[in-house]
Amino acid sequence: MTLRVTRRQFFKLGAAGMATSSMAMMGFAPEPAVASIRHFKLTAAKITRNNCTYCSVGCGVLLYSRGDASINNVDDIFHIEGDPDHPVSRGSLCPKGAGLLDFVKSRSRLSHPMVREPGTDEWKRISWPEALDRISRHMKDDRDANFVGQDEQGNTVNHWVTTGFLAASASSNETAYLTHKVVRSLGMLAFDNQARV
Amino acid sequence: MTNHWVDIRNANLILSMGGNSAEAHPVGFRWVMEAKEKNDARLISVDPRFTRTGAVSDFHAEIRTGTDIAFLGGLINFLIETDQFHHEYVREYTDASLIVREDFGFDDGLFTGFDAESGSYDTETWHYEHDEDGFARRDETLQHPRCVFQLMRAHFSRYTLDVVQSVCGTPRHKIERVWNMIAETVVPDKTMTILYALGWTQHSIGSQIIRTAAIVQLLLGNMGMLGGGVNALRGHSNIQGLTDLGLLSNLLPGYMQLAGSEEQDYQEYIAERARAPLVPDEVSYWRNYERFHVSLMKAWFGEAATEENDWCYDWLPKLSVNLYDVLHTFERMSQGEVNGYFCQGFNPLAAFPHKEKVTASLSNLKYLVVMDPLSTETAEFWKNRGELHDVDPSEIQTEVFRLPTTCFAEENGTIVNSARWLQWHWGAAPPPGEAKPDVEIIAGLFHRLQAMYREEGGPFPDPILNLTWPYRRPEEPRPEELAREYNGWALEDVYDENQNLICGRGEQVGDFGTLRADGSTACGCWLFAGCWTEDGNQMARRDNSDPYGIGMTLGWAWAWPANRRILYNRAGARPDGTPWAPNKALVWWNGSRWVGADVPDFPVTSPPSAGLGPFIMNQTGRGQLFARERMVEGPFPEHYEPFETPVANNALHPNNPLSKHNPAARVFEQDRENFGTLEEYPYAATTYRLTEHFHYWTMHARLNAIMQPEKFIEIGETLANELGIEKGDRVRVSSKRGHVDAVAVVTKRIRPLQMGDRTIHQIGIPIHWGYLGETKKAQLTNALTPFVGDANTQTPEFKSFLVRVDKL
Ligand code: SF4
Repeated sequence: MTLRVTRRQFFKLGAAGMATSSMAMMGFAPEPAVASIRHFKLTAAKITRNNCTYCSVGCGVLLYSRGDASINNVDDIFHIEGDPDHPVSRGSLCPKGAGLLDFVKSRSRLSHPMVREPGTDEWKRISWPEALDRISRHMKDDRDANFVGQDEQGNTVNHWVTTGFLAASASSNETAYLTHKVVRSLGMLAFDNQARV
Repeated sequence: MTNHWVDIRNANLILSMGGNSAEAHPVGFRWVMEAKEKNDARLISVDPRFTRTGAVSDFHAEIRTGTDIAFLGGLINFLIETDQFHHEYVREYTDASLIVREDFGFDDGLFTGFDAESGSYDTETWHYEHDEDGFARRDETLQHPRCVFQLMRAHFSRYTLDVVQSVCGTPRHKIERVWNMIAETVVPDKTMTILYALGWTQHSIGSQIIRTAAIVQLLLGNMGMLGGGVNALRGHSNIQGLTDLGLLSNLLPGYMQLAGSEEQDYQEYIAERARAPLVPDEVSYWRNYERFHVSLMKAWFGEAATEENDWCYDWLPKLSVNLYDVLHTFERMSQGEVNGYFCQGFNPLAAFPHKEKVTASLSNLKYLVVMDPLSTETAEFWKNRGELHDVDPSEIQTEVFRLPTTCFAEENGTIVNSARWLQWHWGAAPPPGEAKPDVEIIAGLFHRLQAMYREEGGPFPDPILNLTWPYRRPEEPRPEELAREYNGWALEDVYDENQNLICGRGEQVGDFGTLRADGSTACGCWLFAGCWTEDGNQMARRDNSDPYGIGMTLGWAWAWPANRRILYNRAGARPDGTPWAPNKALVWWNGSRWVGADVPDFPVTSPPSAGLGPFIMNQTGRGQLFARERMVEGPFPEHYEPFETPVANNALHPNNPLSKHNPAARVFEQDRENFGTLEEYPYAATTYRLTEHFHYWTMHARLNAIMQPEKFIEIGETLANELGIEKGDRVRVSSKRGHVDAVAVVTKRIRPLQMGDRTIHQIGIPIHWGYLGETKKAQLTNALTPFVGDANTQTPEFKSFLVRVDKL
């Protein structure tokens, strides 16, 4: 279903007012043109297979990153495009998927644990150990104070409903599975994800 | 989806209703266009707005938001009364012939057993009549007055064209045209696929809208068929996976359920779920419930789970109410009954209804923990943003932790798309700064808690102290290890009934048929068994070959269950095992077994002559036209008005106030007071997504911010004229609960609906934009929406509520 066009038609189409770069993103590029772009721009890239994590079509994406795995070198993703082998998306991405790089690199990405103390108006940076120590202390105190072993009818219920947990629908199965396992071991019931919303 | 994205190309008719896939699932929608181009298919769009899906459809019909049951109920009546239903399919593959109890009934909008005081039903009578052996009585001629078919016929006989027109506001000729187009797919060589999304789920009657669609597809013989099915185009990239893994208040992995507080006895808990067939010899696959349950307990609690302690039955929390869903939890939070809350990649301040209530609720917390790759409004709910979010930080005593996490591009793992495909992906770069994978954060918290319970003690520490943790680096469980665990492995050698070894001790199980109830297998999610076998990670497979040329790429990734791509595909063949039509061949009986282009959804050696029903998960082996007690508001769908509706009464029950809205919906007292009236808020509003944005996330992505920079609402030309609003004017949209300011897009795409002598106007409100990120700042849309959910799932009614519009 990819539109087959020759290189010449491709540039004509481009001249007709549609940006060729966005056409390439949408999967309408002629193979030779794509091949030559790749050859020059991306030869040194590492290509990693992934999927768009916006909607549930699950389009295949290829992450292009630089970095040679040497010790002082950090990999950096610099380009994301559709995976042409993917049987559903066949190289296409929609306007959401086409902007994935700007999500990965967004200025709003968080980089350090923060805390906002009660009644204050600012974030304060804290270390991971401090953050996890303080949070787990809160959890322990709340569970200890409010865990219900038996309800008023004398039924064993073993639940803890004064702390709740919302899980993320863009997180992986593996994250979800471990989250579920831990949450239930604590006896939590106020547990949900975007499926109900 | 019962079917899958590429299979849409095999359809002859596509009904897009309760969704706008051209815009919300754009790349998946290319398969609709493929069907139109290559399969001469037609596309129908039924939507309050003329959307981008409508723009390329062969026929578009406008409808009042929240009236889909009336539209489809009328279709059911039309199909039956004009004899355009698939007789053989209905007789053989559905429960049409089963006879219902004599004391079951329906009167003026209420089924038998309603208790007005509690707003709920006693479902005692919603069952089949049983014979001496406990099987449902049947009448294959479908003539018995109490057989499901006749009851269904009588139930929907009230949904005449006139009634449907008066409820939906759709012009008569458009309703007739759509019904006729759909009826044409009753022939065996034509199929219709139904594509829906949140436009069906986000209603107080959402689950029953989908049930109505399922009845339509059963009547037309479109379930289990190539190019057929009822296809939920789910909203988020792994919402399918999180549901499959049971991350919901009342579930366990693989759609198993937590016990209610009354269920104190383990054997009774199992017996209630491992249900025996209601028709002799049927498969009733949930009979195996205990195998899945014990395997889960072994995966979680290892050696501690033994037959003597009922496999740690009491170690799992039990439910004192049916659901601890998010509306329930935020209601409790608003009452001060919740102290701590975790938001993992979830932005409830923007995503939950009635933002003011959500803000007040979060302010009651002692501690809030936000784990997210991005800065979210929820994490900063205590910050004053002027008129966009007016709070006083000094009065909010919540301690808030914000923990940075990796995103998809920085970790390995799987997500499950709408088509139930588990697709493995790989990370390509480290996350920014000190951000960590969620798994490490969870592990870090868990180990601290475990140490504290070991040192300090505390109530019921057993599940915490004994939780299995078979990960090589305990502080950093690897996705590969977790995937192997939810696939499952043998703890002892496993033999089949003929004493052949089918899985050696320590080996990965190959499928869920290997799982045992005697503690010899461990499996974190039976539905995913087969995804990581002794042959390795099946989810990472990348063979996109399609040997039958019908879009079935069984070698690409892995689909649950058992790598099956089209559910109920046995129903895609005739009772004698041959395909319904040559162009629809999917699986068939070859004389000794079931074979074909898909993994058969059936015991592969059970011959057609044995006559087993194709819907093997159901106790009847048949598609359920009659839902029995599985739906809280009734075994047949009935139209009820949204809780905020632009009409004075329910046209089907004008004189019964109890059946104006869903009688079984749960409404909290304070929220009932927060419903607006038609007099103050005269217009019906509906929320939706745009193709350029994904919820509140892409507000943070520059490219998307450039494409759709500023909050707008859509208003029809007629109403805009009446209100003196011109395109580009700034307007204020208000509901009883709050307001948002936005640019008005005055459009022909939303038409006024004529209902009797009244004209009803609808307003379209995209859900996007907030006050963080790269776009222009705006109030969150959920300032407007009502705090009431679907009676079964508690999905909020985001699609139908009342507003007024004022020019600023
Ligand atoms: S690229 Fe678009 S259609 Fe594909 S998964 Fe992402 S959001 Fe969905």
